[in-house]
Amino acid sequence: MSRVIAPLLLVVLALLPLWLKDPYLLNALIITGIFTLCAMSLNLLLGFTGQLSLGHVAFFGIGAYVSALTALGFDVELPFGLVLVVEPGSPLLGFVLAVLVTALCGYLIGRLAFRVRGAYFVIVTISFAEVVRLVALNWVDLTQGPLALTSIPNMVLPLPGLGETVLRTKMQNYYLVLGMAVVGYLVVAQLVTSRFGRAMRGLQQNESLALSLGINATRTLTVAATLSAAMAGAAGSLYAHYLRIIDPDVFLFSYTVTMVIMVVAGGKGTLAGPLVGGLIFGLLPVALRPVMAPEAQWIVYGGVLIAILFLMPQGIVPALDALTRRLRRARPAKSAPGAVEAGANP
Amino acid sequence: MDQLLQHCVNALVLGGTYALLGIGLTLIFGIMNVVNFTHGALYTFGAYAMYLAAVGLGINFYLALPVAVVAGLVLGAAIEFTLLRPLRRSDIDTTMLVMIGAGIILQSGALWIFGGVAKAIPNPMPDQPLNIGPVSVAWVRLFVFAAALVLIGVTYLTINRTRLGRAMRATFQDHDTAALMGVNVSLIYTATFAIGSALAAAAGALLGPVYVVFPQMGDLAAVKAFAIVILGGLGSIPGATIGGFILAFAEEIGAGYISSGYRDAMGFIIIIAVLLAKPTGLFARAERIG
Repeated sequence: MSRVIAPLLLVVLALLPLWLKDPYLLNALIITGIFTLCAMSLNLLLGFTGQLSLGHVAFFGIGAYVSALTALGFDVELPFGLVLVVEPGSPLLGFVLAVLVTALCGYLIGRLAFRVRGAYFVIVTISFAEVVRLVALNWVDLTQGPLALTSIPNMVLPLPGLGETVLRTKMQNYYLVLGMAVVGYLVVAQLVTSRFGRAMRGLQQNESLALSLGINATRTLTVAATLSAAMAGAAGSLYAHYLRIIDPDVFLFSYTVTMVIMVVAGGKGTLAGPLVGGLIFGLLPVALRPVMAPEAQWIVYGGVLIAILFLMPQGIVPALDALTRRLRRARPAKSAPGAVEAGANP
Repeated sequence: MDQLLQHCVNALVLGGTYALLGIGLTLIFGIMNVVNFTHGALYTFGAYAMYLAAVGLGINFYLALPVAVVAGLVLGAAIEFTLLRPLRRSDIDTTMLVMIGAGIILQSGALWIFGGVAKAIPNPMPDQPLNIGPVSVAWVRLFVFAAALVLIGVTYLTINRTRLGRAMRATFQDHDTAALMGVNVSLIYTATFAIGSALAAAAGALLGPVYVVFPQMGDLAAVKAFAIVILGGLGSIPGATIGGFILAFAEEIGAGYISSGYRDAMGFIIIIAVLLAKPTGLFARAERIG
């Protein structure tokens, strides 16, 4: 299924801005793309290793802050009378640093949190995100606290032959996000079909058995957390340079919930799941906005999350898979019976 | 020294309600193996129920409190019956996500119905605080502390002295054997979730008049409840009681002597520290780890 959905989506999405000129819809698509990237990174953990991280927004927010602060420059007082002054740098450097710093955070959190599983793991990840939010709120010297970081420069892209281009328009940012989403998709796709990906899925299905086969659980999970965090950090950087303003609200728990809904609804552990879930839940607010207030929209999201868990606990993509397989079987069978999708859970 | 004494009294008063929150959550986890993400929303619900009863309907302040607790009990039973009962055989992650969905619905519902503006619940107690030597405590806080102690006592007696409590403890130890001995395990689950919800609603109804009531008030309360439960060990009621007081002391001392901005960070720092040092919590046996 993923093999059909992903390229089809890419073609549609690449051609979309050619006739879609409405800036509001383009904006909604850009934000949707950024959160879909987050959903893909969350899927790496939740879908392929089975670890439910409810602190994913921390990496997104850290990426946004690191990137914005690199581009804006800052000076903070450190203990012992030292002052750290950072001159404004290129947003591109900000992006690279955002990826590196969030990868490091993901590694450290992985080392810490993977000592425990299940409910404990979930609560550690939530706690981490909340601590980071409180730091962003209270370390006013560095982050401006609730006053927000403003006038963040747009992302620049060094294009061969054209020199450095500042991505000012929505159209440019749309293609930037689309390009990053494709890169993210390919990285995840490459990863989960590799030897490492088999180790991750082995751990998800039966940890004791995987351990007995010589898979190093903590190391595998930590690597997955590191990569996942780096992807979320990249998405955060795109977000900061697109919106050009960020405040501690980027760490809100409701963003994590949005990412989780995207992954669970689309189908965790499938490559196309986060894409489908991301598009549906990213664009649902656009559809619902004229009809209902934001609070009422959240009631709908909560209801949809519950309904999906009750009706198709595996998510939309595996449900479609099962449906097409049944249709094929109903007709006189000529193709190989039920080719098993990579990563589809038993 | 006087200041330290004042902080200790404040912490003691706050600790009572924290313990209520923690006991409710740990009860549900211990017996049902459900990580209850509606806990914060139920805390908010209790505060709004208190507001509706005391301000909206004009019921006497002291009578409005039991009304709010019963409302929490009923809502908890309804959530268990409609959402958790059909998912009895599902894994812990699925129920966790369903509870997140229910929590979102409750919280957004409160925002939709009551708006984002904080509400105050007036109380009939004297405005002048009680002064004992260098320490002064508001009367309403003393009342909250006393009511919390009574509720904790009632919960202990229910669990240790009644038939229902015995059935709950049996279900906690081994639900299959309990079912074989004739315990209606389904009913025990509903009762457990209802009692846990009632305790969360009680904590909200008690702290509503002390602070203000707003739709997001449950977010921090929920995380604090998780901190308390992890501190005491998932499933341990004495652990949750002591954990509630430890968290209150850590917050008071931290806010007083380190930085008030990081007051709410204490809970998370405790969670991370406890899990680093002793993941099973301070008071639980190892097999309870989930």
